[in-house]
Amino acid sequence: MTLQNDPVARIKEKALWMRRRAFKMVYDAQLGHPGGDFSAIDIMATIYFGVLSFDPARPDWAERDRFIMSKGHATGALYTVLCAAGYFPEDWLDTYMQPRSMLNGHPNRNYLPGVETNTGPLGHGLPVATGIAIAGQITNAGFRTFVLTGDGEMQEGSNWEAAMTAGNRNLGNLTWIVDRNRLQQGAGTEETNGLEPLDKKFAAFGWDVVMVDGHDHAALLKVLGAVPGEKPRAIIANTVKGKGVSFMENKANWHHGVPNADQFAAAMKELV
Amino acid sequence: MAAAAPLTQGLFDCREAWVATLETLAAADERIVAVVNDSVGSSKLGGFQKKFPDRLINVGIAEQCMVGVGAGLANGGRIPFVSAAGCFLTGRSLEQVKADVVYAGFNVKLIGQSSGVAYGELGPTHHSIEDFAWLRVMKDLVVIAPADPWETAEAIKWAAAHQGPVYIRLSRMPVPDLAVANRVFRMGKAECVREGQDVTLVGCGTTVHLADAAADRLKAEGIAARVLNMATINPLDEAAILAAAAETGAIVTVEEASVRGGLGGAVAELTSANHPVPVERLGFPGFVPTGSVEWLFQEFGLSTEGIAAAARRAMKRAGK
Repeated sequence: MTLQNDPVARIKEKALWMRRRAFKMVYDAQLGHPGGDFSAIDIMATIYFGVLSFDPARPDWAERDRFIMSKGHATGALYTVLCAAGYFPEDWLDTYMQPRSMLNGHPNRNYLPGVETNTGPLGHGLPVATGIAIAGQITNAGFRTFVLTGDGEMQEGSNWEAAMTAGNRNLGNLTWIVDRNRLQQGAGTEETNGLEPLDKKFAAFGWDVVMVDGHDHAALLKVLGAVPGEKPRAIIANTVKGKGVSFMENKANWHHGVPNADQFAAAMKELV
Repeated sequence: MAAAAPLTQGLFDCREAWVATLETLAAADERIVAVVNDSVGSSKLGGFQKKFPDRLINVGIAEQCMVGVGAGLANGGRIPFVSAAGCFLTGRSLEQVKADVVYAGFNVKLIGQSSGVAYGELGPTHHSIEDFAWLRVMKDLVVIAPADPWETAEAIKWAAAHQGPVYIRLSRMPVPDLAVANRVFRMGKAECVREGQDVTLVGCGTTVHLADAAADRLKAEGIAARVLNMATINPLDEAAILAAAAETGAIVTVEEASVRGGLGGAVAELTSANHPVPVERLGFPGFVPTGSVEWLFQEFGLSTEGIAAAARRAMKRAGK
């Protein structure tokens, strides 16, 4: 099977490129959120290169599937996946966070094609995704809506307002992926303001719940690509913050830590 | 559409014009939807719900979700009118208004109901006197406070046709039709309710008719007051204000809002930077004490005599 017709191999290749490219962006800018980029990249590569129906030449195509990046600080992951998906040329990535760059620290749909909504403050993605899914529901449109949130972000009450709304409206066209890396900016989620039992909470709000290894491309492809059901679907993707670079994994200080030259070189050696 | 019946002789609830206009627009354009926070009744959307049940989205008492859902509906090609009590729409969900609607640039219409001190005795938690200040600093958000039923209908029609975020501030307070001939609604342009050269009274929303009544009072004293209906707070009609400063030399702003940062703030910013003249700002100094709407208006000078007195003060300061 060649790379082109082996979807898992293709996703894996894209994810590796995204990790290397995102880390270079962060290194060059000396700014960013690489820990959260790395926990989300396998999920996002799977969505864009295995699930989502989109056309980079027509970012406003009404029938496109939508992907909402609620953890808007993980722009290393978002900008590399949009670039890999063909929304803009690679040299735009070199401008990350430079003055007047279209690649702001948090995404802006008015600057950058492919960005569905502006995020950054947490707890915004799920309500917006719920609104998109309602638009699809009331117009009987065929598109699906995917939203990726962090897990610490679940502490924002707006998520639970939207979870209730989506559950009550049976938004089967909505899929919510939680990047469950168990770390927030300063410490673990459970020692900060615990989220568990997350699966039972989602189920109680009227969602189908699936648990998956958030770095297993084949498993991700299976659950993300599954035919929508009657209820909205919550996918708890168990992930590792900083995944892929040994000295970054499971370290809260890589939430917005940036590499020095030695760390960058060491990471590039591991990311092969 | 049928004209709404007066509540008392010559006074109208602008919400009737809002819903009648929205229903007419929605019948012609299936993209129009309404989003509410358990505010079907207070937004007078019961009729809309009957006519377009799938297009009335009630998220319950969840304003952050409500505004985010509005932005999402716009992403999905709908034209959402997000309608809720002004205090909750602008206060509870201010970050959603900022990030999801204005910064993201979505085509969302925010309709603040029962704004200002319309909830009277319910107190400052339910008053929306901060909304002008909170919202007008967002340059890309159009902020409109219509003065009467006709202008309410025109503002709703304009908002539906406009591509971009709009806040329309409505009240439940009964107001009369403004007696202006040959009216044309122009967003961002002051409406000259009457000409005058001695002082300018600038109102918006529920205070315009009061300013006009004050001008009658002043006329009896030989003072010719210009009255401007500044329905659009943002963008402000700077030319009309600077002309008023140059031609009348004294300005009174009258708003059912905080005197900080709203219409009066905008006029003071503009005149102090470009054409300093005395500006008297009428409105509320901060959280108000318990009282009926009528009492609050009287107590804080939003009355014929209160506005006339402010005009005399402004003229005196101007040496007139």
